[in-house]
Amino acid sequence: MAMQSSGAAPALPQAQRVMAAIADHRVLVSLVALALLPWLLPSKALAVNVLIYGVVVMGYNLLFGYTGLLSFGHAAFFGTGAYLTGIAIGRFGLPWFAAVPLAIAASTVLAAAIGTISTRTRGIYFSMVTLALAQLVYYVALQASSWTGGENGLRGFTVDHVNLLGLQINFLDPVNKYYVLMAFAALAIWAQSRILNSPFGAVIEAIRENEQRARACGYDVERCKLIVFMLSGAISAIGGCMSALHLSIVPLDILHYQTSGMIVMMVLLGGARSFFGPFIGAAVFLILEDVVSIWTPHWQIVVGAIFVGFVLFLPKGIWGTLLDLLPAARERR
Amino acid sequence: MSTELLRADGIGRRFGGFTALEGITVSFAAGELTSIIGPNGAGKSTFFNILSGTLSPSTGTLRFKGQALNGLPQHRFVHRGISRSYQITNIFPDLSVHENVRVAAQAMSVSYDIWRRRADLVELSERADAALTAVGLIGKRGQQAKFLAHGQQRALEIAIALVSEPELLLLDEPTAGMGPEETKDMVALLERLAERRTVLLVEHKMKMVLGLSQRVLVLHHGRLLADGRPDDIRSNPDVRRVYLGQSEGYG
Repeated sequence: MAMQSSGAAPALPQAQRVMAAIADHRVLVSLVALALLPWLLPSKALAVNVLIYGVVVMGYNLLFGYTGLLSFGHAAFFGTGAYLTGIAIGRFGLPWFAAVPLAIAASTVLAAAIGTISTRTRGIYFSMVTLALAQLVYYVALQASSWTGGENGLRGFTVDHVNLLGLQINFLDPVNKYYVLMAFAALAIWAQSRILNSPFGAVIEAIRENEQRARACGYDVERCKLIVFMLSGAISAIGGCMSALHLSIVPLDILHYQTSGMIVMMVLLGGARSFFGPFIGAAVFLILEDVVSIWTPHWQIVVGAIFVGFVLFLPKGIWGTLLDLLPAARERR
Repeated sequence: MSTELLRADGIGRRFGGFTALEGITVSFAAGELTSIIGPNGAGKSTFFNILSGTLSPSTGTLRFKGQALNGLPQHRFVHRGISRSYQITNIFPDLSVHENVRVAAQAMSVSYDIWRRRADLVELSERADAALTAVGLIGKRGQQAKFLAHGQQRALEIAIALVSEPELLLLDEPTAGMGPEETKDMVALLERLAERRTVLLVEHKMKMVLGLSQRVLVLHHGRLLADGRPDDIRSNPDVRRVYLGQSEGYG
């Protein structure tokens, strides 16, 4: 027994050191992991989906995981980013590098509008208001079919080449496409890390911990929540832009509440309030979908059962549970 | 001659048909330690919440250093120089002791900054350490706040309130739930705090209040029953009747 203990003891600190080093270099680690992803997953298409949903869920995690606001409406920003990228390219003939920032900016304005209304409420009311307003966006997209394609989704825009510093990159090649889209993900990851490390990152943690105390410290809590809502919407919209560039169509379902639910499930699977959780959650969810749907068209039943298992037995998700097992890394979430 | 810091004129507060406070007119001088006492339901907490901006008064005006506070949200009170602690310990439980105070210090200057790294704001960290030293918690700076003993959590909350350098410090039952030893430490801390700033205290421990305060306000049924030095309050027949009369040996 004694020998076993002394043999096992050094392993834990080493594992903690590794986890702490990963956390300290989280942007670099994320980028290396994402760069390897197409070669680790069964298909490039799956890797692109993980990349896209990882960014969307990362944006959502800023609001839900780090600030403690459970939104059921993030599909609105994901979808708006995608639709506006497609409309800017297909209808107005803008190049992708102009369409993407415009779509992100417009989605941020939408987030400001939805956030202004929803952050005045709390708890379940906040969740319901975000859900209702996101559904409003869905029905607008459904009705404005001359702009959005209605039920058929938005089509008629394709980015087949990307010009990067004079270099023509074939965007139809899946590997090229992945790494170009990874540049967007890199931007989102860097921005998120920057926000979390900033003084404002400390404020949102304080609000999640104790809203009343944060207010008594001198913080305008409602204003802070609105800013987080906008930042979160903007990052999720980057995922939408990536989706539009990737698929060259925007399905109406991207705005549906089921998409919002999927985003919530992904963040809970991976681990809310953890930097790597969103990408892990997106990967696990999409791989499960990919694998299980081969066996049965009712893959949601299986994935749903697994999700319930996570909620009951691993409520902190995969990365959150790992951090709890290795306390030294917890401080560097 | 003392300078008037805070003035409440005809402050009243109604909750539906219930009047919790009515016609409270009182002013607080700079550098004074004042306690508010009264039986349960007297309106102490309501008055305290109004003075700290947590509640708005239904009637009356509040002026701090001559400037009206009515209508300002609570966070603006802190920026004006009024900071508070709560009756039930109110900290950031999962943050470290140091981060609890550092994040409070940052509220006064860089709330919305997303460009700098918080670790680079050395001055804020030093201010947090100074506040922790003042309340005797510097040795616990790296510990998660939720693992502190009750008395230490109360002291941490005072450090959080203190780090914004308030001119008026409002403390709501700072010794609530403390044993005799912890209370003794807290009294020593309050004495040190009162040397440098105006302190307003709500407390139930009469011996402590009468020994510590320069002035005592007594509320009863939402009205100001008495206002004076501890000796005057001790001998006030109305106060003895409604609040202290049960015991002759309260002092």
